[in-house]
Amino acid sequence: MSGETVGELGARLRRGETTPGELAAQARSALAALDALHPVLRYTEALTERQAGRAAQMLADSPEQAGPLCGIPFAYKDVLCVEGVETSAGSKILQGFIPPYTGTALARLLDAGAVPVAVTNCDEFAMGSSNENSAFGPVGNPWDPSRVPGGSSGGSAAVVAAGAVPFSLGTDTGGSIRQPASFCGVAGFKPTYGRVSRYGLIAFASSLDQIGPFARRVADAAHVFTAMAGHDPRDSTSSPAPVEPVSEQLGRGVQGMRLGVPREYMAEGLEPGVRTAIAAALAQLEKLGATLVEVSLPSTEAALSTYYIIAPAECSANLARMDGVRFGLHVDRKSLTDTYLETRGQGFGPEVKRRIMLGTYALSSGYYDAYYRQAQKVRTLIAEEFDRAFETVDALVCPTSPIVAFPKGDKSDPLSMYLCDVLTLPVNLAGLPGISIPCGLSEGLPVGLQVIGPRLQDARVLRVAQAYEQATAWHTETPPLPPAVTGTPS
Amino acid sequence: MAHGDAALAAGGDGDAVMTVTSAVSTLDQVMQRWEPVIGLEVHGQLLTQSKMFCGCSADYIGSPPNSNTCPVCLGLPGVLPVMNRVAVEYTVRSALALNCEIPEHSKFDRKNYFYPDLPKGYQISQWDMPLSLNGHLTFTVDGEEVRCGITRVHLEEDTGTLQHAGDILQQARSSVVDLNRAGVPLMEIVGEPDLRTPAQAREYLVRLRQILVYIGVNDGNLEQGSFRCDANISLRKHGDTGLGVKVEVKNMNSFRAVHRALEYEIVRQGRLLDQGQTIAQETRGWVEAKGATISQRSKEYAHDYRYFPEPDLPPLHLSAAFVDRVRAGLPELPQQLAERLQREHGLSAYDAATITAEREDARAFEALVAAGVPAKAAANWLMGEVARLARETRIPLPGSGLGLDGLASLVKLVETGTINGSTAKELLEELYLAGGDPAAVVRERGLGQVSDQAELERLVDAVIAENPAAVADFRGGKEQALQRLVGGVMKATRGRADARVVTGLLRERLAP
Repeated sequence: MSGETVGELGARLRRGETTPGELAAQARSALAALDALHPVLRYTEALTERQAGRAAQMLADSPEQAGPLCGIPFAYKDVLCVEGVETSAGSKILQGFIPPYTGTALARLLDAGAVPVAVTNCDEFAMGSSNENSAFGPVGNPWDPSRVPGGSSGGSAAVVAAGAVPFSLGTDTGGSIRQPASFCGVAGFKPTYGRVSRYGLIAFASSLDQIGPFARRVADAAHVFTAMAGHDPRDSTSSPAPVEPVSEQLGRGVQGMRLGVPREYMAEGLEPGVRTAIAAALAQLEKLGATLVEVSLPSTEAALSTYYIIAPAECSANLARMDGVRFGLHVDRKSLTDTYLETRGQGFGPEVKRRIMLGTYALSSGYYDAYYRQAQKVRTLIAEEFDRAFETVDALVCPTSPIVAFPKGDKSDPLSMYLCDVLTLPVNLAGLPGISIPCGLSEGLPVGLQVIGPRLQDARVLRVAQAYEQATAWHTETPPLPPAVTGTPS
Repeated sequence: MAHGDAALAAGGDGDAVMTVTSAVSTLDQVMQRWEPVIGLEVHGQLLTQSKMFCGCSADYIGSPPNSNTCPVCLGLPGVLPVMNRVAVEYTVRSALALNCEIPEHSKFDRKNYFYPDLPKGYQISQWDMPLSLNGHLTFTVDGEEVRCGITRVHLEEDTGTLQHAGDILQQARSSVVDLNRAGVPLMEIVGEPDLRTPAQAREYLVRLRQILVYIGVNDGNLEQGSFRCDANISLRKHGDTGLGVKVEVKNMNSFRAVHRALEYEIVRQGRLLDQGQTIAQETRGWVEAKGATISQRSKEYAHDYRYFPEPDLPPLHLSAAFVDRVRAGLPELPQQLAERLQREHGLSAYDAATITAEREDARAFEALVAAGVPAKAAANWLMGEVARLARETRIPLPGSGLGLDGLASLVKLVETGTINGSTAKELLEELYLAGGDPAAVVRERGLGQVSDQAELERLVDAVIAENPAAVADFRGGKEQALQRLVGGVMKATRGRADARVVTGLLRERLAP
């Protein structure tokens, strides 16, 4: 099934040529063949079997009513809770934590008949842009195993790029879906903040986190989004607005649309190969009938520092529950304080500790006004600038990342790593929907085109992305997997 | 989890437990030189069905440890809070009863600190935009009216509970955590430092508790901790307007404990100040068995709670319509009710205060009056025999066999002279639990009062004839002897004679 899309697999299931159990087994062996890249942390085993059975029953009962995801195998990032399956957020501190509940997004996918096969590697607590911060080791990029797949959802991007599963789930707090999608040459969609419930997502930064899909086709990403989206009473920040049917937008093209190109996103710092690929993509969109308009988002340069105050501040509180008292790692010491210090000292990796300290500092008495309060004001400004831009354009188009996948170990100082997300994190600060789709290769490595829409206009973002996808062939490019990792997927 | 050394707290108890040898005089002396400044923080659990942010029951007492929990109140990774709207309404109701302003916009914040009874490592509370502000409570102590400002009433979540192998965490070898209470809606009422004596502090608490119980938001149980009080207290020279170094006192689980702990602190601080020493800013715990406060946590370990807006909960918008609706639903408050009972029914201030102490009593009083019982009689019965029986049987009047209607009927039998007081008391005692129609019982058993004048005269004459010694004593000036004769008549009528009429007849007959 290597490389097949959701649509193709669904058609084979309905023709009776295969079964959910068979597809799951094939996905499992395809994933196992990727071991050298290390994108998978564990297989869902019993859940896979149970869910494959459920999907088979749904297809047998009523093939017409079974949705497009019924019987389709997938993998999900190690920050999403499913009852009975270990979830460790890529961290030693949560090793052995088995959630007694299933999060909403996953529950909706299970209800749609999708079959989870594996839990994917990621940066610890979703903090990172290269997947090198995983406590369980880095992930290799299928296009070049010596390079990173991006992060934090590196494993989820890699397994889709390698063709082992047709879709996977990631989470995006500052670019953690879109940037690895860009690095791995697949579609990665971050919905509007509040569009997909966060219940069951181990929080990094609550006001920025959002769950979204990786897929090799925009239409597949749209199916997954549709299954997950919508208000959830368990998440007070989930939007009560009805979900606009994506199907009404897909396939309508970009003819007559006004697409904004943010001047600040095309500034220096873009690798030449990225600049070239993006220029070609913009020209392609124009050829498809869109009008390109240069827009300005002047606060962009403040976005990075704003993000690195708000996200760490929230994470410093979100990660406080990892205290060794009720679950996960517990390092027993004579005193309570020492138990806390040792458990957290041994359990968290350096990047997580760095961000907890940054956030703790930013919230401290005497610094709150200078940092956190100020950052919130800038965040409002950034959101307002996007709003103003959307008064004149339907969507924004720009690069996802200024660079292509870089070699492992290349970015050893935190700031250069943080700069990887400079074009994606403003979207999280403003709570907007954004997608990255493949738009070219630079020295044999994928380049991603980012499409950003107004709040709750998720369908429009998917529509623009799909219009581009259908006019080009970049999404059909597959990584030239070296023999070590190809194996024999059927 | 084990911890043997000082954990979050400072190194133990700084000063030995002080013995207050002559507390009263010492307290008086200290209070002549120093003026106490007292502010109280009260935490009240709200009587909602479910917890503040999840569907678990808010009634956790008696559940096996950690059974009344779910992923949300256990603080597991990935869960989110969902606000309990009733808890918001109850807090607003309380705030309105305490004369607070309700701002249109409010929000929740995270208060960050590590402790095993706090599963998330932060408490969802309110910092700079509480649900209410600027209220006050007025009451009377020793005839003097006291007005205590209420800084704010806000909403937060309760913590779990810890049990230590030892008195306090710092000295415990091990501790166990129970999260049944974690997440129960908790309202914090912050009082201004407007109180000047332990008696004022106590009365403030009594009145506050009464109001919260009246409006149905709290059960007022200090022992079980559903109503808890911390006190901030400092001393200053009389006439000074600045504030001294304050000490926070915790662990007081009765009104009496609050009173005693404050007296103890006044004496302790006064003595230190008299000796020219400075007061350490610290938290002290009241130890009932020792009758003393001991140091728990010093200022050097003061927390920086790093409050910031709770990103998992949208800000609250309280419309004027919502606030108006809550205000309209407020019952008559105890003070208003007491004033009305004095005005409408001529009760004394004392009777009115006693009758309105518990809302049930006030309701019973009004029901009795409405049923035609004179106000004074209704008050006397409720405050006397009924209160005693309710206490002894632990069953309040409305839930008793007799019920309100039965009591009304019984009291009316007395008021119309059908039965006398002692018969009524016996009947009350008998019917309180068993139930029954007093009028029917009186008829069946012939308990009606003997009021036939001729019959009574005959009985009086017989008793005089049978008790020459008592007659002689009375005539010799022994007034009590008359009671023996009255008793004789009562015995002959099995208590059904009207004692006043009998006494009158006896005096008439025995008049010189």
